[in-house]
Amino acid sequence: MTRLNRQSLIIGLTFLVLAVLPPLLSAIDQSYYVSIASKILIYALVGISLDLIIGQAGLVSFGHAAFFGMGGYVCGVLSHHSANDLLVFSVFTGTNNALISWPLAVLVCMVLGIIIGVISLRTTGVYFIMITLALAQMVYFLIISIPQYGGEDGLSLWTRNKLPGLNLQDDTQFYYICLAWVIIYLLIAHKLIYSSLGLMIKGAKLNHQRLIALGHPPFKAQLMIFVLSAMGSGLAGALMVNLTQYVSPDYLHWSLSGKFLVIVILGGIGFLFGGLYGALILLGLEEILSSYTDHWHFILGIALVIIVLTSKSGLYASLVGRKAT
Amino acid sequence: MILFIEQLFNGLQLGVTLFLLASGLTLVFGIMGLINLSHGSLYMVGAYVTATVTNHTGNFFLGICAALVCAAILGVIIEMTIMRRLYHRDHLYQVLATFGLILFFNESVRIIWGSQPLFIDIPQSLNFTVNLFGQGGYPAYRIAIIVLGIVILLALFVLIFYSKIGMLTRAGSSNREMAQALGININRLYTGIFAFGAVLSALAGGLAGPIYAVEIGMGESVLILAFVVIVIGGIGSIKGSFIAALLIGIVDTLGRAYLPAFFKTFMSASDGAVVGGSLASIAIYLLMAVILVVKPQGLSSKL
Repeated sequence: MTRLNRQSLIIGLTFLVLAVLPPLLSAIDQSYYVSIASKILIYALVGISLDLIIGQAGLVSFGHAAFFGMGGYVCGVLSHHSANDLLVFSVFTGTNNALISWPLAVLVCMVLGIIIGVISLRTTGVYFIMITLALAQMVYFLIISIPQYGGEDGLSLWTRNKLPGLNLQDDTQFYYICLAWVIIYLLIAHKLIYSSLGLMIKGAKLNHQRLIALGHPPFKAQLMIFVLSAMGSGLAGALMVNLTQYVSPDYLHWSLSGKFLVIVILGGIGFLFGGLYGALILLGLEEILSSYTDHWHFILGIALVIIVLTSKSGLYASLVGRKAT
Repeated sequence: MILFIEQLFNGLQLGVTLFLLASGLTLVFGIMGLINLSHGSLYMVGAYVTATVTNHTGNFFLGICAALVCAAILGVIIEMTIMRRLYHRDHLYQVLATFGLILFFNESVRIIWGSQPLFIDIPQSLNFTVNLFGQGGYPAYRIAIIVLGIVILLALFVLIFYSKIGMLTRAGSSNREMAQALGININRLYTGIFAFGAVLSALAGGLAGPIYAVEIGMGESVLILAFVVIVIGGIGSIKGSFIAALLIGIVDTLGRAYLPAFFKTFMSASDGAVVGGSLASIAIYLLMAVILVVKPQGLSSKL
């Protein structure tokens, strides 16, 4: 079977399974797993967006929790204000409407992405890793220093956001919203990496100097893809806060940025679709291990080291029969 | 005024602690090209071993020695089993493997010592205050840390630039293959450098024990500060990281001490505390951003 066919077969099968998952789970009386599946989709969204910047641009961002958490906090804070009738910055009221708070969350992450991107894209390689980490840490400290929004305790929400015509409180409907976002984001990302912008970014990854010499400094293209990646993670954060009805400072924590990297690598670097498999393996492993022992980080840590030392490509990459780039 | 001098010394003490951590990190990166997230774990292990031995024997210096020995052994084991296979790999994989090591170490410490933080008393022989410029007392222990940090800086310089080992290290750093061809055992040299970095990190952890709580995760918060230090100082540069460490230590400490009060002068007390506190907690990152805009390669790019 040719490679392309094998890849489309796997993608098709995956989406088929994803589409029929909730009714399937409720048929075998395991509806509890629907919200775990939503969580996997949300992490997959981050994995896909992070792979845009790692796989396509070759820049390792160790700070994507900043966008994830910021998206979550925007949603949570708006909801908090609307529930308690408080004004945001003493100017406008909060809202619980997903049509307002989700785009706003993505917008704020866009601005944050521009700020962090402009600073960190001045560098490459290991500097880029450390700077994204440090700037994300800055966002973390900034947010937990605001006592009004719970500080280190986070914020609990009364209810999920309202989306006209749908009931997000229902786990199955929420699952399909997450699935829809993953598909939409995948389509946008796919379109982008096969555009001239995508070519430029790949060119910059291969030979930065040459691209400049050809009269195409890649900075703007890299910034655009970084910002798009930030927006995807921010949207995922907004969804996550809705899923758990809790805004935790953990969503901004550097160790979550580490887990996002794990997802990308487990799925296979350079395969947008790999993010989905990466999230599936990581969260699946978490779910299984944590049911056996409290000390599952111990096993996960060892597993990570072994995975890095032994394998060179991710799960999705092996499924479609290609080495990760 | 005395408060200002006290805060300045606190800043120096934090700076020296960061330098001990950053120097090992920057050596390992500069020479082996390895980005080691688990460097902070050795800081934590150092603090835990120091706390345990000190609380059992009542002798802090014995505790520090035990921590250094432990770190050296651990460093050799980690280098020979894991790090050695990572030198030629992409930074992304190095980050991932050492991230796995962090999870492993944090959880191991939780299994061995439990989740409760430990505390160490300041050693009796250093538990007094020193008069600074005739007014007010400053803890001798913190002054000892500052002095020790400066001694270690000087020792590192002598070691790197005026000793045989230092010469081999620099040779291995500038051209690995050539050094190997000339008969230097690069593998053993790298193991030695890694263990040496681990020892410095554990020393920093042990010394920090009596000042901060010894708890799980203590390594990572300080590791990220050490990253900021080596980014500002220029990766691979001992001199740069010393300057940057002091800069970060002082800016962070003075920011936390004075920014809230400064904002309270023209804001309401609660607003001033929030704005000042937020700004103080991100001051060093702003400083890093500014320095990167001016000098993207850091303050110094030489060893």
